[in-house]
Order: sequence, then C-alpha cells, then structure tokens
Amino acid sequence: MLEIKNLHVAVGGKEILKGLTLSVAEGEVHAIMGPNGSGKSTLSYVLAGREGYEITQGSISYRGEDLATMKTEDRAARGVFLAMQYPVEIPGVTTLTFLKTALNAQRRARGDSELDAMSVLKLVRQKATALQVSEEMLKRALNVGFYGGEKKRLEILQMAIFEPALAILDETYSGLDIDALKLVAEGVNALRAPERAMLVITHYQRLLNYIVPDRVHVLAGGRIVAEGGKELAHELEAKGYAHVVKEPA
Amino acid sequence: MSAAADTKEQVAALGEKYKYGFVTDIEMERAPKGLSEDTVKFISAKKGEPEWMLDWRLGAFRRWSEMTEPNWARVHYPKIDYQDAYYYAAPKAPEKKLSLDEVDPKLLETYAKLGIPLSEQKMLAGVAVDAVFDSVSVATTFKAKLNEAGVIFCPMSEAIRDYPDMVRKYLGTVVPVSDNFFATLNSAVFSDGTFVYVPKGVRCPMELSTYFRINASNTGQFERTLIIADEGSYVSYLEGCTAPMRDENQLHAAVVELVALEGAEIKYSTVQNWYPGDENGKGGIYNFVTKRGDCRGARSKISWTQVETGSAITWKYPSCILRGDDTVGEFYSIAIANHYQQADTGTKMIHLGKNTRSRIISKGISAGKAQNTYRGLVSVHPKAVNARNYTQCDSLLIGGKCGAHTVPYIESRNSSARIEHEATTSKIAEDQLFYCLQRGISQDEAVSLIVNGFCREVLQQLPMEFAVEAQKLVGISLEGSVG
Repeated sequence: MLEIKNLHVAVGGKEILKGLTLSVAEGEVHAIMGPNGSGKSTLSYVLAGREGYEITQGSISYRGEDLATMKTEDRAARGVFLAMQYPVEIPGVTTLTFLKTALNAQRRARGDSELDAMSVLKLVRQKATALQVSEEMLKRALNVGFYGGEKKRLEILQMAIFEPALAILDETYSGLDIDALKLVAEGVNALRAPERAMLVITHYQRLLNYIVPDRVHVLAGGRIVAEGGKELAHELEAKGYAHVVKEPA
Repeated sequence: MSAAADTKEQVAALGEKYKYGFVTDIEMERAPKGLSEDTVKFISAKKGEPEWMLDWRLGAFRRWSEMTEPNWARVHYPKIDYQDAYYYAAPKAPEKKLSLDEVDPKLLETYAKLGIPLSEQKMLAGVAVDAVFDSVSVATTFKAKLNEAGVIFCPMSEAIRDYPDMVRKYLGTVVPVSDNFFATLNSAVFSDGTFVYVPKGVRCPMELSTYFRINASNTGQFERTLIIADEGSYVSYLEGCTAPMRDENQLHAAVVELVALEGAEIKYSTVQNWYPGDENGKGGIYNFVTKRGDCRGARSKISWTQVETGSAITWKYPSCILRGDDTVGEFYSIAIANHYQQADTGTKMIHLGKNTRSRIISKGISAGKAQNTYRGLVSVHPKAVNARNYTQCDSLLIGGKCGAHTVPYIESRNSSARIEHEATTSKIAEDQLFYCLQRGISQDEAVSLIVNGFCREVLQQLPMEFAVEAQKLVGISLEGSVG
C-alpha cells in the first residue's frame, strides 16, 4: 500500500529525512520509533502533504500512485489520515459542523453524495459512544477548551468516521494518563482491519504494549536504522536508543 | 477626464467584460449633468413632488454647496468631481431585457453557490421575467397581509404623495439635513427609497424586505429610507441582497432614518454586496452611507446588523441615539475587505436617557491588500444615569499585506456609566489551514469555515433565511485569498 523509497525531505532548506525507505502492506500496523529530532514528525507531515516539507529526492507510492503530486485535501479524500500530535482549535465552528464539512468534502471528492445533517449526526453518535465523546463535546467549538485527552479522543473519532486506508498516528498518546491511553488504544485497535494500514509514530515504547505492531522501525538521523518485530520495541525499552542506533549505518 | 468619470467608465467596462447584466443603449431620461438648483428642481418635478419637498431639497442643496467633503476616515480615493456626474436617470421605456443565455456564467455560478432560486436569479441578473414569476404573487399576498395589519410599506416617492403629514413630521429628524456632507447631498438629490410605518401595538406580520418590493428592485444611487415604529410595535427590516447586484452608479450616498417610539423595537439587517472592484483595485462602488436610529420613546430598542462584503469603499456608521429612558441600542457587524477594498465602518451609541444600554459586536476581516477600520463612538451624556456599554471588536487578518485598525472613541460625562471595550486581532494560522486540508477540506472552504466561525455571533443575529445565504457569501468573498 505504501512504498517509500530513498526519501529525502528538506524543511526550510535543511535536510531532515536523508534516504528513508519503508514499505507498509494492507492490514499491517507499523511502529516508527526514534529519539526526538530524528525526523518522525517530518515523515508524518510529508505523507499528509503539509506545506513547507519539500521532497528533494526519492519517491512515495501510495496504492500505486505518486503521493507527492497529490494535493493535501485529495490525499485525505483518498484515505490518508493523520491523527495529529497537536490538534488545532477553530473558534466558533462546532465540532459537529467541522465533522460534517470534512466528511462531505471527502465524499464529494470521491464522487459520493453528501450526507445531510441528520445522517451525519447519526453516524457520529454511533461512533462517539465507544470513545466516550459526549454530545456536549460535539456542540463545542472544535478543540476549543478541550482537555488533552478529549482532543486525542476526537482525533480517533475522526479516524473512525472517515475510515481511512492509511492512518498515521503522530504521538497520539503523549500527555495521556493510563486510563485515557487505554481508551485511545482500544479505539485504535477496533479500527484495525485487513484493508487498513497504520503507521504509529511514537518515542514511547509503553504505548506499544496496548497497540501491538506487526513491525517496528527505528528512525534516527533521517533514516531507518533498525527494523524488527514487536520484540524490537522491548529491546529499545530495555537498552535505550543509543544501543540500537549505533549498530548499522 | 476626471477621476470619478474615469472610475465610472472602468466600472462600466468591467460590467461589459463580465456582462454583469449591464445594459447599454437604454433610452434614459436624464437630468442635466452636474449639480445645481436646476438639477434639484428637475428631480423634484420628475417625481411630481409638492412644494414643501422641493423647498426641503433646495435648502439641503444650499447647505451642501458650502460644505466640504470629510477626510477623517481611513479611506483613499481619487477626488470625486460632483459636477461631472448625473444625479437623475430614469429608464424611459421598459428596460431592454436580456435572455438567460446572455448573462455571464460566472454570475450565475455565484447565484447557484448562494442557492438562489432560478426565478430570483433572473430578476437579479436583469433577465426578463415571465408572467408567472413567483415573487409577483408573493408580493401581492404580502401586500394584503400588511394592509390588514395597517402597516405602510411603500416607495418613498409614494409616501411623499400619499402620507405627506407623516413624512413631514419625521423626515430629517434623525439625520438632519445638515448632518454631514453625504447626508446633505442625499437630502438634495435622493432618488427614491422606502417608507415604513408600523402602527401602535402592531407586530409586523413578516420580515419586510426590499427584495420583494418588485417595483423598486433597482437600488438607487441616493436611497432615502424612513422607518417609524409607533408605540409598542415591532418590525424587522432586511435591506439588500447577498447576490452581486447590477448597478452602474459609482457613487452611493444613502440615508436611513429609524424612529422607535415608546416600547417599540426595530431590527434592521443589511447585506451589502455591491461591486467591489477587480483584484487590482480598479472600479467598484463608493458607498458613503448615513444610518441612524432614534430610540425616541422610553423602553424602545433599535438593533443594527450588517454584513458588508461589497463596495470598493465603505464609509458607514449605523448609530443609535438612546434618547428615551431604558432604551437599548445594538450594533452587530461583519465587514470583509479583500483585494484593494477599503472599509471604514462602525457605530455611534449616544446615551442620553437613564438606564440606557448599548452593545457593539464588530468582526472585521481583511485579506489581500485591503484596509479595514472599525471606528466607533460611545458617548454618555450627563443625564444618562446608569448607562451601560459593552464593545467587542475582533479583527482577523488573512495574509501579510492587509491592515486592520480599531479606533474607539469613548466619552463619559456621567460617573455612574459602565463602559467595557474588548479588542482582539488574530490571523488564520497555517496550522488551522493544514488541519482542515488534512481532513479533506479545500483551501477556500477552510477559509470560509474559519471565517464563519469567527463571525458566528453576528451571523446568529440575522433572520434565518438571510443567515444561510450570508454564510455562503462570506466564503465567496474570500475565495482565493490564501495561497
């Protein structure tokens, strides 16, 4: 589903990713781990298509198409979803309005008919219960005055509503207490599906006790420096990044 | 060629280019070019006005001749040559109508985006409308209903003829003839406008809208509106239209006067979307408007809501004179300026009576190279015991080349007054846009969504049927303003 080959990405003229190669198949959950500053967030932004992240070399193929040439909103409509580390606030726009606007924009782009307010509400309610997203939260302005845990749950709710083919979760768990973490992880696990790939980006191993990955990649200095199964995460936990990062080059 | 005529030609040329329904070669009955006593007499005679009206106009003209154009607003435009313009031009024969195929597709696209029904689109674009046109029957039904309630809703020229006592009693009592340069000009040459009278204790059975006043659907250059709400009555008036209106006049100077007697309430909503000029700042309407309401009786209330998205220059300060005790004045405003548009708009709340309250919510949005100024006065007079004002001015900037300015004037001459002023300035952040794009929302739709959120408090004040169109209009006026 996702084939990244020798990817070089510069931000503000500075090269952050320096020849990253990664392959993710349908139905798989891959964890990208790495110390701060290794390029994890850059990877998530370049996949989502954030402005200012320039591909200087290499390629990204998504379901057989060149992802780099697709507009940001088109990527979303074609199933690329990024659960963000810092979800933004949009004052005056209720969460429900935002969800409806986004859902219908994606449906329009795919040539599907738009859903009316009642159908959207029904769909959202149905998905919201499991994530403990209340009616009251849906009526509030998007992320305005939300607690950290509420913001993260809302990100996962959006993932449940949009049903992406490729979900990238960027430090979705940072700042959550253990109960909130479990809730979010359950939400994510419920969305594991044969037709969906996930890229879980984190520098905490603890999360991977709850969302167990099929593959673990270690990102350092803009490259994948180690790969393995879920046991690699435990090794990192025990020995630290320095141990793993040193070996290959 | 004078700058005014130059701009006027450019407007016309653009109209031609976009075929915004501009019609050429119509046989017009025109007043002689320029402004003199003869022009004023010509206009008055054309309208068959009584002598008192002519005298009133002439008095205004004489005062205007001695006045100078104000220059305190933060707007810049070439000097207007008032002698190089026509002040009266009425279509002599029925207008030559276009067919729908001749109307610019771009204009129709805008109408479609606004969700305007086809029959109304035709009317707005200046297309000949067939006999079964819905609005005609709607208008008739409306008239009957209003008659039943005793509400008078007619063109100003008709009111001068049919209700002279009432017009004489109230005209110019809120905005005096000598009020300001543009209001005085309007008093001398006003073309037509709307007159509304709501009798004692009557709650007007429907929203009054110029939109349905078919016989005067073309907005005049110098409109004059007078609304009187008698004791204990209520009326809601909608002015303008979200669709871009065809209009060949460059200079607009309207006057609106509202009188609320004891216990009466007037709600006045405006959506102004005249031609703003092109993206390089060429052409566009100059809109110099004087709007004022007088809460003359105790416990009366006047509420202004405006959505200003059009015109090259907007100079407009809908105000409330809180004369009666326990009166309430409100001003809710959205002003959007894109490309090279300039808006200098705000309000005046004049607290004269006891326990008077006023509330000002202003949302200014600037994009492109536009300049947007909020200018407002809150004045508490010595007898206004326990006056209260709350003002909130929020500015939103899109891009780095536009400007937002807030100029509040506060005068308090009574120590019991409580006046609050809050102001914020923000930008549409890159991370907000990215977040929307990542969820599949396009750039234009994202801007529209964020700006509508920013304006929410004001949009909520609009009557329901207007609010939906206004929300769409907010998005349309800012299309392409990012990236």
